[in-house]
Amino acid sequence: MVTEKDVHHIAELADVGISPGELGPFTHQFNAILEYFDILDRVQGDAAVTRDLYNIMREDEVEPSLSQEEVLRNAPAQEEGFIRAPRVME
Amino acid sequence: MSPGTILFEPDDRYNAFLTVCNHAPHGNGKLSGIAVAVKDNISTRGIETTCASKILKGYVPPYDARVVELLKSSGAAIVGKTNMDEFGMGTTTENSAFGPTLNPCDTGRVPGGSSGGSAAAIASGMVRMALGTDTGGSIRCPAAFCGIVGLKPSYGRVSRYGLIAYANSLEQIGPMGKTVSDVSTLMEVIAGYDRHDSTSHDKPYTHTPRADIRGLKIGIPREYFGAGVDPAVAAVVRSAIAKLEELGAASVPCSIPSMEYALAAYYVTCTCEASSNLARFDGVRYGPAADTKKSWHDAYQEVRAAAFGTEVRRRIMLGTFALSSGYYGKYYAKAQVARENVRKDFERIFSEVDVIAGPTMPTVAFRLGEKSDPLSMYLADILTVPANLAGIPSISVPCGRAGAMPVGLQIMGRQFEDERVIDVAYAYEQAVS
Repeated sequence: MVTEKDVHHIAELADVGISPGELGPFTHQFNAILEYFDILDRVQGDAAVTRDLYNIMREDEVEPSLSQEEVLRNAPAQEEGFIRAPRVME
Repeated sequence: MSPGTILFEPDDRYNAFLTVCNHAPHGNGKLSGIAVAVKDNISTRGIETTCASKILKGYVPPYDARVVELLKSSGAAIVGKTNMDEFGMGTTTENSAFGPTLNPCDTGRVPGGSSGGSAAAIASGMVRMALGTDTGGSIRCPAAFCGIVGLKPSYGRVSRYGLIAYANSLEQIGPMGKTVSDVSTLMEVIAGYDRHDSTSHDKPYTHTPRADIRGLKIGIPREYFGAGVDPAVAAVVRSAIAKLEELGAASVPCSIPSMEYALAAYYVTCTCEASSNLARFDGVRYGPAADTKKSWHDAYQEVRAAAFGTEVRRRIMLGTFALSSGYYGKYYAKAQVARENVRKDFERIFSEVDVIAGPTMPTVAFRLGEKSDPLSMYLADILTVPANLAGIPSISVPCGRAGAMPVGLQIMGRQFEDERVIDVAYAYEQAVS
């Protein structure tokens, strides 16, 4: 069981925001879904899945790329050819 | 047809399109001058691509997805971007930020999802073919609900470069069309190796459908006709299978025991992948502007709370929770073991049969607004998610009606045997048309 407090904490972690009015319904729905997920407890074994797979690597070659103008075109806030972002440090 | 422009002015009464290109240029080639619609989570250079989300409203990709490059080089005219559940998260196309698409067979019902716009555009005759994407049934479900054909290719057969990711390990771009031949033709154009997709396989598709299925063995899993499957739908599908037997195929009863937890494994996996993939939508490089005067955390939350729909936020939160400290072993790790069990079940069955057949969806199309509870919506995906978990090809082909609504026959095949599922669907289609 998760509580409204848990759901609030998850919303904070996920950075999706949650309003007071949403907490009740979200918590209720979460519990129904998580209860359904409990069926996974019946799955035998927890060993990591090992398959005959391999990493596909390529050379790090310089190729034609997007221009600065193209890269910036969708950015909603810009300054002197850079993308403006909120402060990360307090 | 020599290169030119086609005029495309559809009467879109079903809200199938999010963007319409009235004057669509086309080139020379296999699809020369054919109007093709593209689902709105596939990047199209110079054409707005929103994933049916407010967070991408106004986003114009600076590059084409690999499949779009291939469409263009085959001469196709890209006539618009189709409506969908936001980021592909849904089974009805009601989770679009720009209003639901209506089912052309009955406008009081949903077209299925998440590629509902593509299916409705084909079913209503606005286009002959379209691209969809399928993470847990998102091509096959709307194909079944709207009475058209849709193929989820084998994982790795079609490049995902330029597809805006939701759950990378499950999703594939695939062809949708009115007929199996059209789906096969579109598959030929989009399949093949792409070094920009590290999960791409070098398996081009050059196949002409063949209707001869004599001697074919078809597995019939009892789970596809069990509890939760509408008896009227099951009956229509059983008579379609009887038709395949008349054509010389033999059906063999089988069982997929891992179906018991396949849906849970699917939802844990896709929400975990979504929680990571959708972190990039922050209102900085694209999307509605984050308030740069606020701290990053506050600005980020504000943008995402306002611009993501409820289902998208729910899935991001579920994935965040399932991956959080103390729960990883209970959810994600178990889901991966369950996923491997699904794969093993298919391997075992495919050592005895050539294809597996059953209904695509457990019911016909829902009424608009009918599935308001998220869990009951998720449960509708039970028959389509196993193919995504296993990475195998699966097609939905119309096989009659239950009441007034279309029913889809689903045919799944061994990995990279997309040609065979196409052939079985073609044999059925030719026999009944």
